[in-house]
Amino acid sequence: MPNDATASGSGSRSRSTRIMDDAKMERTIARLALEIVEQNKGTAGLVLIGIRNRGVPLAKRLAEKIAATNREKKSPPVGAVDITLYRDDLTSIFEAPMVRSSDIHFPIDGSVVVLVDDVLFTGRTIRAAIDTVMDYGRPKAIRLAVMIDRGHRELPIQADYVGKVVPTRISERVDVLLVESDGADEVVISEASAAPPPAPAAASPARKASRPDRKDESGKKKRKTSASKPGRKSR
Amino acid sequence: MTHNRPLGRKDLLGIAELSRPEIVKILDTAETMWEIGERPVKKVPTLRGKTIINLFFEASTRTRFSFEVAQKRLSADSVNFAAKGSAVEKGETLVDTAKNLMAMAPDAIVMRHPNPGAPHALAEAIPAAIINAGDGAHEHPTQALLDAFTIRRHFGRLEGLKVLIVGDIAHSRVVRSNVHLLRKMGSEVVLCGPPTLMPVGIESLGCETSYKIDEVIPKCDVVMMLRVQTERGAGTAFPSVREYSRLFGLNRARVAKMKKGGIVMHPGPMNRGVEIASDVADGERSVILEQVTSGVAVRMAVLYLLLGGAGEE
Repeated sequence: MPNDATASGSGSRSRSTRIMDDAKMERTIARLALEIVEQNKGTAGLVLIGIRNRGVPLAKRLAEKIAATNREKKSPPVGAVDITLYRDDLTSIFEAPMVRSSDIHFPIDGSVVVLVDDVLFTGRTIRAAIDTVMDYGRPKAIRLAVMIDRGHRELPIQADYVGKVVPTRISERVDVLLVESDGADEVVISEASAAPPPAPAAASPARKASRPDRKDESGKKKRKTSASKPGRKSR
Repeated sequence: MTHNRPLGRKDLLGIAELSRPEIVKILDTAETMWEIGERPVKKVPTLRGKTIINLFFEASTRTRFSFEVAQKRLSADSVNFAAKGSAVEKGETLVDTAKNLMAMAPDAIVMRHPNPGAPHALAEAIPAAIINAGDGAHEHPTQALLDAFTIRRHFGRLEGLKVLIVGDIAHSRVVRSNVHLLRKMGSEVVLCGPPTLMPVGIESLGCETSYKIDEVIPKCDVVMMLRVQTERGAGTAFPSVREYSRLFGLNRARVAKMKKGGIVMHPGPMNRGVEIASDVADGERSVILEQVTSGVAVRMAVLYLLLGGAGEE
């Protein structure tokens, strides 16, 4: 890829760099699907649960690829979890984020749950997702598949299936964009400080004007001043 | 003091001051909360470490238990206070009681009081979030929200629906909150009851009135029956319970005149055989018990939206 950003960026990275295009993402998802089926020795007992937002379409795509890999064309059930109610930073973020529904419409007792998310960062989202899943039953195992592992873990959590390891600076942000939600498939890395964080006082009315969605959440993160606060959701 | 909580306010005192987007936000959040009630583990850690005082100066079963269940499902710690047997009987004023409770640093106070405006007075006096669980004949916001939530689950919308509320309009805080909410959400409201229980000028809230239930019932999608509040003196407003029941009670014959797909609601507690016949209360159009389940989800949503963030830190 022409503009494939090399990981150990000591020099200044341009404001936003594409590190994966649609073809590469498709190949990566196909590989992750194969790895999951290989380690699970088939699709028996396998369920995929996407973490809202981007994890859900990724989980669906993984399920399609998994269906294509096995002889019976069997697609594992796909669910969704919203981790908002399990966040560990509800007392440090200024206002309660919108909750969206979790949707696990199949029993997970004894199954192998593969959690799917776009970016593995601090690990706090995954911790919350594991707690959420546990409230639905007792799976035999919980595994983790992510598109991008960008480092900077704050909890002892590792992914079992990784699309791409991308070492980053803490000040950068990594966005996995998907056709389903963003109109195109690509992974973009950018400098989070490109837009100066507004002062907290000035931030509040702006936040009220344009609400939820991931875009806003990321803005909120920036406004949360220091990027190394434990509050932010891993991206 | 600015309150940039999701509802844009510190307290939930009434529906009158809520905006339509705020109402929609509460109802949407309640959908998610409803799902928690269907899980094997019906508890999320969201409000861990928050203390909520349930301050009830007036009798309540449904509302108090509903708030308590909602608090427990969100992992908040709740403490119950009943006026009977408390210092209130020894002559302590409301604000003094609240200030003493405030010294125990609660994050929210859920309050029911016989005097209209009592929660408003408290809201100004103390920094905790105040949730009005009924103040006299004024407002009962979470009841209206749970009614709207139940209606929305059945019809998928609130716009364009016609809701008939029958009974003791004069003493009902449920009516006031419901009229405000339903009007804001684009529903039409018809109030019906004996003239003696219908306040003069109630039309100014933006609703129709009628004294004949049989004339209005065929036009309505939702029929909400109210209890005659004898404890507030409504028993003297008509000659006999039997006459009231005959003129305004919901019986099988009247249900048969309802629109197809219409539902029967009651905020409880019911007086079977007075405002609603027993077979109607248990009938297939009745969503009365579903209202109770909705109540927990809606109260979880309100608690989350008021207490979920850090507030003005």
